[in-house]
Amino acid sequence: MDFYLTALLQGLCFSALALGIFISMKIFNIPDITTDGSYTLGGVVTAVMITHHQPAYIILPAVIVAGGLAGALTGIIHTKLKINALLAGILVMTALYSVNLSIMGTSNLPLNSLPSLFSLLHISSDANHNAFFIVATFVLVIVVLIGYLLKTDFGIAMRATGNSESMIRALGVNTDRMKITGLALANALTAVSGYLISQYQGFTDISMGIGIVIIGLGSVIIAETLINWFKITSVWLSLGLVLAGAIIFQLVLALTLDIGVDANLLKLVTAAFVLIIVSLPRLKFGRTR
Amino acid sequence: MIDLNAIHKTFNPGQPNQVNAVNGIDLKINTGEFLVIVGSNGSGKTTLLDMVAGSVFPTSGTIAIDDENVTKLHDYQRSKWIARVFQNPMSGTASNLSILDNFRLAAIRTRAKGLGIGVNEVFKNQVKEKISTLGLGLENKVDQQMGTLSGGQRQALTLLMSVMDSCKVLLLDEPTAALDPRSADVVMRTADELIKDYRLTAILITHNLKDAFTYGNRIILMGEGYIRKDLDTKNKQNLKQSDLFDWFS
Repeated sequence: MDFYLTALLQGLCFSALALGIFISMKIFNIPDITTDGSYTLGGVVTAVMITHHQPAYIILPAVIVAGGLAGALTGIIHTKLKINALLAGILVMTALYSVNLSIMGTSNLPLNSLPSLFSLLHISSDANHNAFFIVATFVLVIVVLIGYLLKTDFGIAMRATGNSESMIRALGVNTDRMKITGLALANALTAVSGYLISQYQGFTDISMGIGIVIIGLGSVIIAETLINWFKITSVWLSLGLVLAGAIIFQLVLALTLDIGVDANLLKLVTAAFVLIIVSLPRLKFGRTR
Repeated sequence: MIDLNAIHKTFNPGQPNQVNAVNGIDLKINTGEFLVIVGSNGSGKTTLLDMVAGSVFPTSGTIAIDDENVTKLHDYQRSKWIARVFQNPMSGTASNLSILDNFRLAAIRTRAKGLGIGVNEVFKNQVKEKISTLGLGLENKVDQQMGTLSGGQRQALTLLMSVMDSCKVLLLDEPTAALDPRSADVVMRTADELIKDYRLTAILITHNLKDAFTYGNRIILMGEGYIRKDLDTKNKQNLKQSDLFDWFS
Protein backbone atom coordinates (compact mmCIF):
# COMPACT_ATOMS: atom_id res chain seq x y z
CA MET A 1 0.00 0.00 0.00
CA ASP A 2 2.92 2.30 0.80
CA PHE A 3 4.04 1.77 -2.78
CA TYR A 4 0.84 3.38 -4.05
CA LEU A 5 0.99 6.08 -1.39
CA THR A 6 4.44 6.96 -2.68
CA ALA A 7 3.01 7.16 -6.20
CA LEU A 8 0.22 9.39 -4.91
CA LEU A 9 2.79 11.63 -3.22
CA GLN A 10 4.85 11.82 -6.40
CA GLY A 11 1.69 12.66 -8.32
CA LEU A 12 0.99 15.51 -5.92
CA CYS A 13 4.57 16.75 -6.23
CA PHE A 14 4.28 16.66 -10.02
CA SER A 15 0.92 18.46 -10.00
CA ALA A 16 2.68 21.86 -9.91
CA LEU A 17 4.59 20.79 -13.03
CA ALA A 18 1.32 19.66 -14.64
CA LEU A 19 -0.27 23.03 -13.81
CA GLY A 20 2.73 24.73 -15.41
CA ILE A 21 2.33 22.68 -18.59
CA PHE A 22 -1.43 23.35 -18.51
CA ILE A 23 -0.73 27.10 -18.45
CA SER A 24 1.85 27.08 -21.24
CA MET A 25 0.26 24.46 -23.48
CA LYS A 26 -3.48 24.78 -22.94
CA ILE A 27 -3.90 28.41 -21.88
CA PHE A 28 -1.20 30.05 -23.98
CA ASN A 29 -1.06 27.40 -26.69
CA ILE A 30 2.74 27.46 -26.52
CA PRO A 31 4.69 24.18 -26.62
CA ASP A 32 7.25 25.03 -23.94
CA ILE A 33 9.97 22.52 -23.14
CA THR A 34 11.99 24.81 -20.91
CA THR A 35 10.34 22.48 -18.37
CA ASP A 36 13.19 19.94 -18.34
CA GLY A 37 15.62 22.67 -17.31
CA SER A 38 13.42 24.71 -14.98
CA TYR A 39 12.32 21.58 -13.08
CA THR A 40 15.96 20.70 -12.40
CA LEU A 41 16.67 24.37 -11.63
CA GLY A 42 14.01 24.24 -8.90
CA GLY A 43 15.66 21.16 -7.43
CA VAL A 44 19.15 22.63 -7.73
CA VAL A 45 18.25 25.93 -6.04
CA THR A 46 16.49 23.97 -3.28
CA ALA A 47 19.45 21.62 -2.71
CA VAL A 48 22.08 24.35 -2.74
CA MET A 49 20.09 26.55 -0.34
CA ILE A 50 19.29 23.68 2.00
CA THR A 51 22.92 22.58 2.11
CA HIS A 52 23.87 26.20 2.83
CA HIS A 53 21.38 26.15 5.72
CA GLN A 54 19.15 28.89 4.31
CA PRO A 55 15.81 29.34 6.08
CA ALA A 56 12.78 27.61 4.52
CA TYR A 57 10.89 30.87 3.98
CA ILE A 58 13.63 32.09 1.62
CA ILE A 59 14.08 28.85 -0.34
CA LEU A 60 10.60 28.70 -1.88
CA PRO A 61 10.57 32.34 -3.12
CA ALA A 62 14.08 31.80 -4.54
CA VAL A 63 12.88 28.69 -6.40
CA ILE A 64 9.85 30.58 -7.78
CA VAL A 65 12.02 33.49 -8.93
CA ALA A 66 14.58 31.17 -10.56
CA GLY A 67 11.92 29.19 -12.43
CA GLY A 68 10.13 32.42 -13.36
CA LEU A 69 13.31 33.91 -14.80
CA ALA A 70 13.94 30.80 -16.89
CA GLY A 71 10.39 30.95 -18.29
CA ALA A 72 10.59 34.69 -18.88
CA LEU A 73 13.82 34.18 -20.83
CA THR A 74 12.09 31.67 -23.11
CA GLY A 75 9.22 34.14 -23.48
CA ILE A 76 11.56 37.01 -24.37
CA ILE A 77 13.44 34.91 -26.95
CA HIS A 78 10.13 33.79 -28.46
CA THR A 79 8.34 37.15 -28.55
CA LYS A 80 11.10 39.71 -28.95
CA LEU A 81 13.47 37.76 -31.19
CA LYS A 82 10.55 36.11 -33.02
CA ILE A 83 12.04 32.64 -32.55
CA ASN A 84 9.76 29.62 -32.61
CA ALA A 85 8.58 28.84 -29.07
CA LEU A 86 9.76 25.22 -29.30
CA LEU A 87 13.27 26.29 -30.31
CA ALA A 88 13.32 29.04 -27.67
CA GLY A 89 12.45 26.42 -25.03
CA ILE A 90 15.12 24.03 -26.30
CA LEU A 91 17.75 26.79 -26.19
CA VAL A 92 16.92 27.81 -22.63
CA MET A 93 16.61 24.18 -21.50
CA THR A 94 20.05 23.39 -22.97
CA ALA A 95 21.60 26.47 -21.39
CA LEU A 96 20.03 25.60 -18.04
CA TYR A 97 21.91 22.30 -17.93
CA SER A 98 25.19 24.22 -17.64
CA VAL A 99 23.64 26.80 -15.31
CA ASN A 100 22.32 24.05 -13.03
CA LEU A 101 25.66 22.25 -13.02
CA SER A 102 27.47 25.51 -12.22
CA ILE A 103 25.11 26.37 -9.36
CA MET A 104 25.29 22.90 -7.84
CA GLY A 105 29.02 22.38 -8.48
CA THR A 106 28.45 18.63 -8.69
CA SER A 107 26.11 16.32 -10.55
CA ASN A 108 24.37 15.05 -7.42
CA LEU A 109 23.67 16.66 -4.08
CA PRO A 110 22.25 14.53 -1.24
CA LEU A 111 19.92 16.18 1.26
CA ASN A 112 19.66 13.36 3.77
CA SER A 113 19.52 14.40 7.42
CA LEU A 114 19.21 18.06 6.46
CA PRO A 115 16.07 19.96 7.48
CA SER A 116 13.45 20.12 4.72
CA LEU A 117 9.81 21.03 4.11
CA PHE A 118 8.88 17.56 5.39
CA SER A 119 10.71 17.96 8.66
CA LEU A 120 9.11 21.34 9.39
CA LEU A 121 5.74 19.92 10.45
CA HIS A 122 4.89 16.70 12.24
CA ILE A 123 1.21 16.06 11.65
CA SER A 124 1.58 12.27 11.66
CA SER A 125 4.17 9.90 13.11
CA ASP A 126 4.26 8.00 9.79
CA ALA A 127 6.72 9.75 7.45
CA ASN A 128 4.66 9.04 4.32
CA HIS A 129 1.42 10.21 5.90
CA ASN A 130 3.16 13.31 7.20
CA ALA A 131 4.54 14.02 3.72
CA PHE A 132 1.10 13.43 2.23
CA PHE A 133 -0.58 16.02 4.48
CA ILE A 134 2.15 18.59 3.82
CA VAL A 135 2.26 18.12 0.04
CA ALA A 136 -1.54 17.95 -0.24
CA THR A 137 -1.90 21.24 1.66
CA PHE A 138 0.89 22.79 -0.40
CA VAL A 139 -0.71 21.73 -3.68
CA LEU A 140 -4.16 22.84 -2.54
CA VAL A 141 -2.80 26.33 -1.86
CA ILE A 142 -1.21 26.41 -5.33
CA VAL A 143 -4.45 25.29 -7.02
CA VAL A 144 -6.48 27.90 -5.12
CA LEU A 145 -4.01 30.67 -6.05
CA ILE A 146 -3.89 29.68 -9.74
CA GLY A 147 -7.67 29.22 -9.81
CA TYR A 148 -8.18 32.67 -8.34
CA LEU A 149 -5.69 34.19 -10.78
CA LEU A 150 -7.48 32.67 -13.77
CA LYS A 151 -10.80 34.14 -12.59
CA THR A 152 -9.41 37.68 -12.30
CA ASP A 153 -9.47 40.22 -15.14
CA PHE A 154 -5.77 39.49 -15.68
CA GLY A 155 -6.49 35.77 -15.76
CA ILE A 156 -9.30 36.17 -18.30
CA ALA A 157 -6.88 38.18 -20.46
CA MET A 158 -4.33 35.37 -20.07
CA ARG A 159 -6.85 32.78 -21.22
CA ALA A 160 -7.91 34.94 -24.15
CA THR A 161 -4.28 35.44 -25.28
CA GLY A 162 -3.88 31.80 -26.21
CA ASN A 163 -7.35 31.62 -27.66
CA SER A 164 -7.70 34.69 -29.88
CA GLU A 165 -4.62 36.87 -30.08
CA SER A 166 -6.11 39.34 -32.56
CA MET A 167 -9.12 39.87 -30.29
CA ILE A 168 -7.15 40.40 -27.11
CA ARG A 169 -4.75 42.84 -28.78
CA ALA A 170 -7.73 44.81 -30.05
CA LEU A 171 -8.93 44.85 -26.44
CA GLY A 172 -5.76 46.54 -25.25
CA VAL A 173 -3.52 43.69 -24.13
CA ASN A 174 0.18 43.55 -24.97
CA THR A 175 0.29 39.87 -25.92
CA ASP A 176 4.10 39.69 -25.92
CA ARG A 177 4.20 40.81 -22.30
CA MET A 178 1.35 38.45 -21.46
CA LYS A 179 3.17 35.46 -23.01
CA ILE A 180 6.38 36.29 -21.15
CA THR A 181 4.41 36.52 -17.88
CA GLY A 182 2.59 33.27 -18.64
CA LEU A 183 5.78 31.35 -19.40
CA ALA A 184 7.38 32.79 -16.26
CA LEU A 185 4.42 31.59 -14.21
CA ALA A 186 4.41 28.16 -15.87
CA ASN A 187 8.11 27.62 -15.24
CA ALA A 188 7.91 28.97 -11.69
CA LEU A 189 5.34 26.23 -11.04
CA THR A 190 7.59 23.67 -12.71
CA ALA A 191 10.47 24.74 -10.49
CA VAL A 192 8.20 24.28 -7.47
CA SER A 193 7.76 20.65 -8.53
CA GLY A 194 11.55 20.31 -8.56
CA TYR A 195 11.58 21.88 -5.09
CA LEU A 196 9.07 19.34 -3.77
CA ILE A 197 10.56 16.27 -5.44
CA SER A 198 14.13 17.07 -4.36
CA GLN A 199 13.07 17.31 -0.74
CA TYR A 200 10.81 14.28 -0.96
CA GLN A 201 13.43 11.99 -2.53
CA GLY A 202 16.25 13.51 -0.48
CA PHE A 203 18.61 14.50 -3.27
CA THR A 204 18.94 16.60 -6.42
CA ASP A 205 20.48 15.11 -9.52
CA ILE A 206 21.53 17.07 -12.60
CA SER A 207 19.65 14.63 -14.86
CA MET A 208 16.43 14.57 -12.81
CA GLY A 209 14.67 16.74 -15.38
CA ILE A 210 15.49 14.74 -18.50
CA GLY A 211 12.20 13.80 -20.14
CA ILE A 212 10.17 15.24 -17.25
CA VAL A 213 8.07 17.27 -19.70
CA ILE A 214 6.38 14.02 -20.75
CA ILE A 215 5.00 13.58 -17.21
CA GLY A 216 3.47 17.05 -17.35
CA LEU A 217 2.16 16.49 -20.86
CA GLY A 218 0.69 13.11 -19.94
CA SER A 219 -1.03 14.59 -16.89
CA VAL A 220 -2.47 17.48 -18.90
CA ILE A 221 -3.61 15.16 -21.69
CA ILE A 222 -5.40 12.93 -19.16
CA ALA A 223 -7.04 16.08 -17.76
CA GLU A 224 -7.93 17.35 -21.23
CA THR A 225 -9.49 14.02 -22.17
CA LEU A 226 -11.64 14.12 -19.03
CA ILE A 227 -12.49 17.81 -19.62
CA ASN A 228 -13.68 16.97 -23.14
CA TRP A 229 -15.57 13.84 -22.08
CA PHE A 230 -17.46 15.68 -19.36
CA LYS A 231 -17.70 18.96 -21.36
CA ILE A 232 -16.25 20.91 -18.45
CA THR A 233 -15.95 24.68 -18.77
CA SER A 234 -15.29 25.56 -15.11
CA VAL A 235 -11.76 26.81 -14.39
CA TRP A 236 -11.79 25.20 -10.94
CA LEU A 237 -12.86 21.80 -12.23
CA SER A 238 -10.28 21.98 -15.02
CA LEU A 239 -7.50 22.65 -12.50
CA GLY A 240 -8.82 19.84 -10.31
CA LEU A 241 -8.63 17.48 -13.27
CA VAL A 242 -5.05 18.53 -14.03
CA LEU A 243 -4.26 17.62 -10.44
CA ALA A 244 -6.10 14.32 -10.89
CA GLY A 245 -4.22 13.76 -14.17
CA ALA A 246 -0.86 14.08 -12.42
CA ILE A 247 -1.93 11.57 -9.76
CA ILE A 248 -3.50 9.11 -12.23
CA PHE A 249 -0.34 9.22 -14.31
CA GLN A 250 1.86 8.24 -11.37
CA LEU A 251 -0.59 5.59 -10.18
CA VAL A 252 -0.60 3.96 -13.63
CA LEU A 253 3.21 3.87 -13.62
CA ALA A 254 3.14 2.39 -10.11
CA LEU A 255 0.66 -0.24 -11.25
CA THR A 256 2.92 -1.05 -14.20
CA LEU A 257 5.84 -1.72 -11.87
CA ASP A 258 3.60 -3.58 -9.43
CA ILE A 259 2.51 -6.09 -12.05
CA GLY A 260 6.14 -6.90 -12.75
CA VAL A 261 7.11 -4.82 -15.78
CA ASP A 262 10.88 -4.31 -15.91
CA ALA A 263 11.81 -0.93 -14.40
CA ASN A 264 14.20 -0.36 -17.32
CA LEU A 265 11.14 -0.22 -19.56
CA LEU A 266 9.45 2.51 -17.50
CA LYS A 267 10.22 5.34 -19.94
CA LEU A 268 8.92 3.19 -22.80
CA VAL A 269 5.76 2.45 -20.83
CA THR A 270 5.41 6.18 -20.06
CA ALA A 271 5.66 7.11 -23.73
CA ALA A 272 3.25 4.33 -24.73
CA PHE A 273 0.77 5.41 -22.04
CA VAL A 274 0.83 9.03 -23.23
CA LEU A 275 0.43 7.84 -26.83
CA ILE A 276 -2.63 5.78 -25.85
CA ILE A 277 -4.22 8.72 -24.02
CA VAL A 278 -3.54 11.07 -26.93
CA SER A 279 -4.84 8.70 -29.57
CA LEU A 280 -7.90 7.30 -27.79
CA PRO A 281 -10.20 10.29 -28.48
CA ARG A 282 -8.98 10.40 -32.09
CA LEU A 283 -9.54 6.67 -32.65
CA LYS A 284 -13.05 7.04 -31.25
CA PHE A 285 -13.62 10.07 -33.47
CA GLY A 286 -12.37 8.12 -36.51
CA ARG A 287 -14.88 5.34 -35.91
CA THR A 288 -17.85 7.66 -35.59
CA ARG A 289 -17.18 9.49 -38.84
CA MET B 1 -11.08 62.94 -36.19
CA ILE B 2 -8.79 60.51 -38.01
CA ASP B 3 -6.10 62.11 -40.13
CA LEU B 4 -4.02 60.02 -42.53
CA ASN B 5 -1.22 62.00 -44.08
CA ALA B 6 0.82 60.77 -47.10
CA ILE B 7 0.46 57.12 -46.11
CA HIS B 8 2.52 54.57 -48.00
CA LYS B 9 2.80 50.87 -47.30
CA THR B 10 5.21 48.57 -49.07
CA PHE B 11 5.39 44.90 -48.15
CA ASN B 12 8.70 43.03 -48.64
CA PRO B 13 10.60 46.12 -49.86
CA GLY B 14 13.50 45.36 -52.21
CA GLN B 15 12.42 41.72 -52.52
CA PRO B 16 11.19 40.08 -55.75
CA ASN B 17 7.74 39.83 -54.13
CA GLN B 18 7.56 43.55 -53.21
CA VAL B 19 4.00 44.85 -53.06
CA ASN B 20 3.09 48.54 -52.95
CA ALA B 21 -0.21 48.16 -51.13
CA VAL B 22 -0.93 51.81 -50.35
CA ASN B 23 0.54 54.64 -52.37
CA GLY B 24 0.45 58.01 -50.65
CA ILE B 25 -3.05 58.33 -49.27
CA ASP B 26 -4.24 61.56 -47.67
CA LEU B 27 -7.54 61.12 -45.87
CA LYS B 28 -9.41 63.02 -43.18
CA ILE B 29 -12.36 61.32 -41.50
CA ASN B 30 -14.42 63.69 -39.39
CA THR B 31 -15.84 62.84 -35.99
CA GLY B 32 -19.15 61.01 -36.36
CA GLU B 33 -18.53 60.23 -40.01
CA PHE B 34 -19.40 56.72 -41.24
CA LEU B 35 -17.01 56.01 -44.10
CA VAL B 36 -17.53 53.05 -46.41
CA ILE B 37 -14.54 51.80 -48.39
CA VAL B 38 -15.06 49.63 -51.47
CA GLY B 39 -12.59 48.30 -53.99
CA SER B 40 -11.40 45.19 -55.75
CA ASN B 41 -9.24 42.59 -54.04
CA GLY B 42 -5.72 43.94 -53.69
CA SER B 43 -6.85 47.57 -53.84
CA GLY B 44 -5.28 48.26 -50.42
CA LYS B 45 -8.41 48.80 -48.36
CA THR B 46 -7.68 46.18 -45.69
CA THR B 47 -4.06 47.35 -45.43
CA LEU B 48 -5.37 50.88 -44.93
CA LEU B 49 -7.72 49.69 -42.17
CA ASP B 50 -4.93 47.66 -40.55
CA MET B 51 -2.79 50.79 -40.48
CA VAL B 52 -5.56 52.77 -38.79
CA ALA B 53 -5.98 49.91 -36.28
CA GLY B 54 -2.22 49.71 -35.65
CA SER B 55 -1.78 46.06 -36.59
CA VAL B 56 0.32 47.18 -39.60
CA PHE B 57 2.67 50.18 -39.53
CA PRO B 58 2.95 52.46 -42.57
CA THR B 59 6.24 52.55 -44.47
CA SER B 60 5.94 56.34 -44.42
CA GLY B 61 3.39 58.97 -43.52
CA THR B 62 1.58 59.79 -40.30
CA ILE B 63 -1.69 58.81 -38.65
CA ALA B 64 -3.41 60.97 -36.04
CA ILE B 65 -6.52 60.36 -33.98
CA ASP B 66 -8.03 63.42 -32.31
CA ASP B 67 -4.86 65.37 -33.15
CA GLU B 68 -2.67 62.79 -31.35
CA ASN B 69 0.02 61.19 -33.50
CA VAL B 70 -0.55 57.44 -33.20
CA THR B 71 1.66 56.34 -36.11
CA LYS B 72 4.08 54.41 -33.89
CA LEU B 73 1.48 53.06 -31.47
CA HIS B 74 0.67 49.35 -31.56
CA ASP B 75 -2.89 48.06 -31.98
CA TYR B 76 -3.23 47.33 -28.24
CA GLN B 77 -2.19 50.91 -27.48
CA ARG B 78 -4.74 52.33 -29.95
CA SER B 79 -7.52 50.37 -28.26
CA LYS B 80 -7.92 53.52 -26.15
CA TRP B 81 -9.81 54.98 -29.12
CA ILE B 82 -10.52 52.08 -31.45
CA ALA B 83 -12.80 49.04 -31.34
CA ARG B 84 -12.66 46.56 -34.19
CA VAL B 85 -14.93 43.95 -35.73
CA PHE B 86 -12.98 41.41 -37.79
CA GLN B 87 -14.00 39.68 -41.00
CA ASN B 88 -13.71 36.30 -39.31
CA PRO B 89 -16.13 36.02 -36.34
CA MET B 90 -13.58 33.71 -34.68
CA SER B 91 -11.00 36.51 -34.59
CA GLY B 92 -13.13 39.04 -32.72
CA THR B 93 -14.06 36.80 -29.80
CA ALA B 94 -12.37 34.13 -27.68
CA SER B 95 -14.20 30.88 -28.38
CA ASN B 96 -13.01 29.02 -25.25
CA LEU B 97 -14.16 31.81 -22.94
CA SER B 98 -17.74 32.34 -21.84
CA ILE B 99 -19.78 35.16 -23.36
CA LEU B 100 -19.56 36.86 -19.96
CA ASP B 101 -15.75 36.66 -19.87
CA ASN B 102 -15.56 38.05 -23.42
CA PHE B 103 -17.76 40.97 -22.37
CA ARG B 104 -15.68 41.53 -19.24
CA LEU B 105 -12.55 42.01 -21.35
CA ALA B 106 -14.44 44.36 -23.64
CA ALA B 107 -15.72 46.34 -20.65
CA ILE B 108 -12.14 47.06 -19.52
CA ARG B 109 -10.69 47.57 -23.00
CA THR B 110 -9.18 50.95 -22.11
CA ARG B 111 -8.16 49.96 -18.59
CA ALA B 112 -5.51 47.72 -17.00
CA LYS B 113 -6.44 44.09 -16.57
CA GLY B 114 -5.84 43.78 -12.84
CA LEU B 115 -6.01 41.11 -10.18
CA GLY B 116 -9.59 41.83 -9.14
CA ILE B 117 -12.55 39.66 -10.10
CA GLY B 118 -14.81 41.80 -12.25
CA VAL B 119 -17.32 39.15 -13.30
CA ASN B 120 -20.04 39.29 -10.66
CA GLU B 121 -23.85 39.29 -10.53
CA VAL B 122 -24.10 43.05 -11.14
CA PHE B 123 -21.91 42.79 -14.23
CA LYS B 124 -23.78 39.69 -15.39
CA ASN B 125 -27.10 41.55 -15.24
CA GLN B 126 -25.62 44.52 -17.13
CA VAL B 127 -24.42 42.19 -19.89
CA LYS B 128 -27.75 40.36 -20.03
CA GLU B 129 -29.58 43.67 -20.39
CA LYS B 130 -27.24 44.81 -23.14
CA ILE B 131 -27.47 41.53 -25.04
CA SER B 132 -31.27 41.48 -24.81
CA THR B 133 -31.35 44.57 -27.05
CA LEU B 134 -30.20 42.38 -29.93
CA GLY B 135 -33.36 40.29 -29.75
CA LEU B 136 -31.43 37.10 -30.48
CA GLY B 137 -32.33 35.38 -27.20
CA LEU B 138 -28.70 35.18 -26.13
CA GLU B 139 -29.18 36.92 -22.79
CA ASN B 140 -29.81 33.59 -21.05
CA LYS B 141 -26.69 32.02 -22.50
CA VAL B 142 -24.07 34.35 -21.03
CA ASP B 143 -22.31 31.51 -19.19
CA GLN B 144 -22.05 29.50 -22.40
CA GLN B 145 -18.76 29.36 -24.30
CA MET B 146 -18.55 31.84 -27.16
CA GLY B 147 -17.50 29.00 -29.47
CA THR B 148 -20.95 27.42 -29.23
CA LEU B 149 -22.56 30.38 -31.04
CA SER B 150 -22.99 30.86 -34.77
CA GLY B 151 -20.84 33.30 -36.74
CA GLY B 152 -23.68 35.81 -37.00
CA GLN B 153 -24.38 35.69 -33.27
CA ARG B 154 -20.69 36.17 -32.53
CA GLN B 155 -20.40 39.16 -34.88
CA ALA B 156 -23.48 40.77 -33.32
CA LEU B 157 -21.98 40.27 -29.86
CA THR B 158 -18.61 41.64 -31.04
CA LEU B 159 -20.42 44.81 -32.07
CA LEU B 160 -22.01 45.13 -28.65
CA MET B 161 -18.64 44.44 -27.03
CA SER B 162 -17.16 47.39 -28.93
CA VAL B 163 -19.36 49.83 -26.99
CA MET B 164 -18.92 48.20 -23.57
CA ASP B 165 -16.11 50.68 -22.86
CA SER B 166 -15.57 54.19 -24.18
CA CYS B 167 -15.05 54.04 -27.92
CA LYS B 168 -14.52 56.76 -30.50
CA VAL B 169 -13.68 54.82 -33.63
CA LEU B 170 -15.29 51.62 -34.88
CA LEU B 171 -13.51 49.65 -37.59
CA LEU B 172 -15.63 47.15 -39.49
CA ASP B 173 -13.50 44.86 -41.64
CA GLU B 174 -15.96 43.06 -43.94
CA PRO B 175 -17.99 42.05 -40.88
CA THR B 176 -20.64 40.21 -42.89
CA ALA B 177 -18.37 38.40 -45.36
CA ALA B 178 -18.67 35.06 -43.57
CA LEU B 179 -22.37 35.33 -42.73
CA ASP B 180 -25.64 34.21 -44.29
CA PRO B 181 -27.87 37.04 -45.64
CA ARG B 182 -30.19 37.15 -42.60
CA SER B 183 -27.34 37.24 -40.05
CA ALA B 184 -25.53 39.78 -42.22
CA ASP B 185 -28.60 42.01 -42.15
CA VAL B 186 -28.85 41.80 -38.34
CA VAL B 187 -25.16 42.62 -37.97
CA MET B 188 -25.26 45.61 -40.33
CA ARG B 189 -28.41 47.04 -38.79
CA THR B 190 -26.92 46.63 -35.29
CA ALA B 191 -23.71 48.32 -36.42
CA ASP B 192 -25.62 51.22 -37.95
CA GLU B 193 -27.70 51.72 -34.79
CA LEU B 194 -24.65 51.63 -32.50
CA ILE B 195 -22.74 54.08 -34.71
CA LYS B 196 -25.66 56.50 -34.56
CA ASP B 197 -26.49 55.97 -30.86
CA TYR B 198 -22.89 56.34 -29.67
CA ARG B 199 -21.95 58.95 -32.33
CA LEU B 200 -18.98 56.84 -33.40
CA THR B 201 -16.57 57.57 -36.20
CA ALA B 202 -16.71 54.43 -38.30
CA ILE B 203 -14.95 52.82 -41.24
CA LEU B 204 -16.62 49.93 -43.04
CA ILE B 205 -14.83 47.82 -45.61
CA THR B 206 -17.19 45.78 -47.71
CA HIS B 207 -17.56 43.94 -51.00
CA ASN B 208 -21.32 44.05 -50.59
CA LEU B 209 -22.40 46.97 -52.78
CA LYS B 210 -25.92 46.96 -51.32
CA ASP B 211 -24.45 47.56 -47.86
CA ALA B 212 -22.07 50.15 -49.29
CA PHE B 213 -25.06 51.94 -50.82
CA THR B 214 -27.36 51.60 -47.78
CA TYR B 215 -24.99 52.44 -44.93
CA GLY B 216 -22.61 55.28 -44.20
CA ASN B 217 -22.51 58.93 -45.13
CA ARG B 218 -19.34 58.89 -47.20
CA ILE B 219 -17.97 56.39 -49.69
CA ILE B 220 -14.50 55.82 -51.10
CA LEU B 221 -13.42 53.63 -53.99
CA MET B 222 -9.87 52.32 -53.72
CA GLY B 223 -7.80 50.88 -56.54
CA GLU B 224 -4.12 49.85 -56.67
CA GLY B 225 -3.39 51.58 -53.38
CA TYR B 226 -4.94 54.91 -54.38
CA ILE B 227 -8.25 56.61 -53.61
CA ARG B 228 -10.03 56.63 -56.98
CA LYS B 229 -13.33 58.21 -55.90
CA ASP B 230 -14.43 59.99 -52.73
CA LEU B 231 -18.09 60.95 -52.33
CA ASP B 232 -19.14 63.01 -49.30
CA THR B 233 -22.59 62.92 -47.67
CA LYS B 234 -24.27 65.11 -50.29
CA ASN B 235 -22.76 63.30 -53.26
CA LYS B 236 -23.44 59.89 -51.75
CA GLN B 237 -27.11 60.81 -51.39
CA ASN B 238 -27.23 61.45 -55.11
CA LEU B 239 -25.52 58.15 -55.83
CA LYS B 240 -27.57 55.35 -57.40
CA GLN B 241 -26.86 51.73 -56.60
CA SER B 242 -26.24 51.10 -60.30
CA ASP B 243 -23.50 53.76 -60.23
CA LEU B 244 -21.65 51.65 -57.71
CA PHE B 245 -21.76 48.64 -60.02
CA ASP B 246 -20.44 50.87 -62.81
CA TRP B 247 -17.39 51.73 -60.65
CA PHE B 248 -16.31 48.10 -60.89
CA SER B 249 -17.05 47.56 -64.56
